[in-house]
Amino acid sequence: MATWDWQVFCKNTIDGEVIPRCLGSGGDITYLDWMLSAWGWTLSVALLALVVALLLGSLMGILRTVPHKGLVLLGNAWTELFRNIPLLVQVFLWYHVLPALVPVLKGLPSFVLVVFALGFFTSARIAEQVKAGIQSLPKGQRYAGLAMGFTLPQTYRYVLLPMAFRIVIPPLTSESMNIIKNSAVAFAVSIAELTMFAMQAQEETSRGIEIYLAVSGLYFISAFTINRIALFIEQRVQVPGMIGGSK
Amino acid sequence: MKTIAFALSLALATTAGHAEDTLKKIKDSGSVTMGVRESSGALSYTLGDGKYVGYHVEICEKVLSDVRRQLGLSSLSVKYQPVTSQNRIPLVQNGTVDIECGSTTNNLTRQKDVAFAVTTFVEEVRIAVKANSGISSIGQLNGKNVATTTGTTSVQTLRKHERATGVDFKEVFGKDHADSFLLLESGRADAFVMDGSLLAGNIAKSKNPADFRIVGEVLSVEPIAIMMRRDDVTFKKAVDDSIKAMMKSGEIAKLYDKWLMQPIPPANARVGLAMSDNLKAAIASPNDRPMEEYAKK
Repeated sequence: MATWDWQVFCKNTIDGEVIPRCLGSGGDITYLDWMLSAWGWTLSVALLALVVALLLGSLMGILRTVPHKGLVLLGNAWTELFRNIPLLVQVFLWYHVLPALVPVLKGLPSFVLVVFALGFFTSARIAEQVKAGIQSLPKGQRYAGLAMGFTLPQTYRYVLLPMAFRIVIPPLTSESMNIIKNSAVAFAVSIAELTMFAMQAQEETSRGIEIYLAVSGLYFISAFTINRIALFIEQRVQVPGMIGGSK
Repeated sequence: MKTIAFALSLALATTAGHAEDTLKKIKDSGSVTMGVRESSGALSYTLGDGKYVGYHVEICEKVLSDVRRQLGLSSLSVKYQPVTSQNRIPLVQNGTVDIECGSTTNNLTRQKDVAFAVTTFVEEVRIAVKANSGISSIGQLNGKNVATTTGTTSVQTLRKHERATGVDFKEVFGKDHADSFLLLESGRADAFVMDGSLLAGNIAKSKNPADFRIVGEVLSVEPIAIMMRRDDVTFKKAVDDSIKAMMKSGEIAKLYDKWLMQPIPPANARVGLAMSDNLKAAIASPNDRPMEEYAKK
């Protein structure tokens, strides 16, 4: 069995000396400090991208179900565009290609670009799920809403979406967990997040097993926390008698 | 993918035994596995189709043919196993790779896990800038964006310099050397700090090599050597003796010229990196001193 050396996290990143209390002070940074800051970057990228993805994804998903050909086309085009290009390629397009075409983007930090890249990529997947949720409802629901005198937006707001969103909570949970894991691509555009920390720290310390185990653990904790939060929401909003509701 | 390969190699590393006799293994099996890199400058790289070439690969091929003669084998089949900076040490330790011919820095941390042959290349970490930038030393990088590649020792070198000199620059990290060079080329970074041979190689391959210059002081000196299993004295002696003979006969200097000064495949570009004084010294008196001893001077 390999010998463990967990002290590696207490080492100073400048001279490799072990710092007694494991957290650096006065400008000294230990690998533990670095890893926690990297975790912060991972969560920041993932959560902001998740906000972008949920907003845009819901919007596009809804557009794909409205009785207006132009809007449906927009929603479909959006989904297919962002769903059919690999994520890493999209990140590079945002980082290298778009700023060359649109000079304004050059001023934006890579953090913002990667949030957009990850958010737009995931929004396509969320749009697909929201569309599926709405289409899973019987057509009569929509007609009933309209027959009651609701406008189309009101029908969505009060009749269709409350049911559709409850139905798609489980796949949206998976997407939210995926976005944590997918945020690892941010290392490619110079975000100091967990994957970059792992690659760099294992090179510097030669303690790859410990570093990768710790980083895997943090990814697991992050994704699992999202899972529990989503489960809590799902239970809080469930309506007895509906799909997914208590019997 | 790297991570998966790494995890697998770890699983293997923990089950394999230590200190086997590589010469006996080669004699019994009639084959040997050489660890090579996909893209380590002119030292070790692939031409595609499972073909690997480079300065260190050719040295290793000559070493292995000496080993074959020493063992009295009529033929020796050489298998090429691509390795990465993440998995090269575990793969050497667990016996997957018998001799690693890439671009591995010989340092004290690694010497706890593996052995190194006598130094065959000395890497100097330098700064590449655009020729018209007017930057000529690290002091001028204050407040500038400095690119380097994730997973290399240059990141640490840069951090140490930042701490020691109080020069405050913004680091940007490329995911590989080509990516870091693109950062410099596109203006996202004002300088690219990396091993001199890799800088020279990237500049040689760029659209307009004249637009770039390598400037400034040497930030760190790293002896690069062929890597083997630890505690295998007979194999290390065989490899060292073969390399020392090549150093004496001038063959190493010829190989250096062939790979680092002349046009090399696949694009027939030349790296154009003249032999450093440190390497000349290492060839004049062969040694396997680790990086830490170079830093002391």
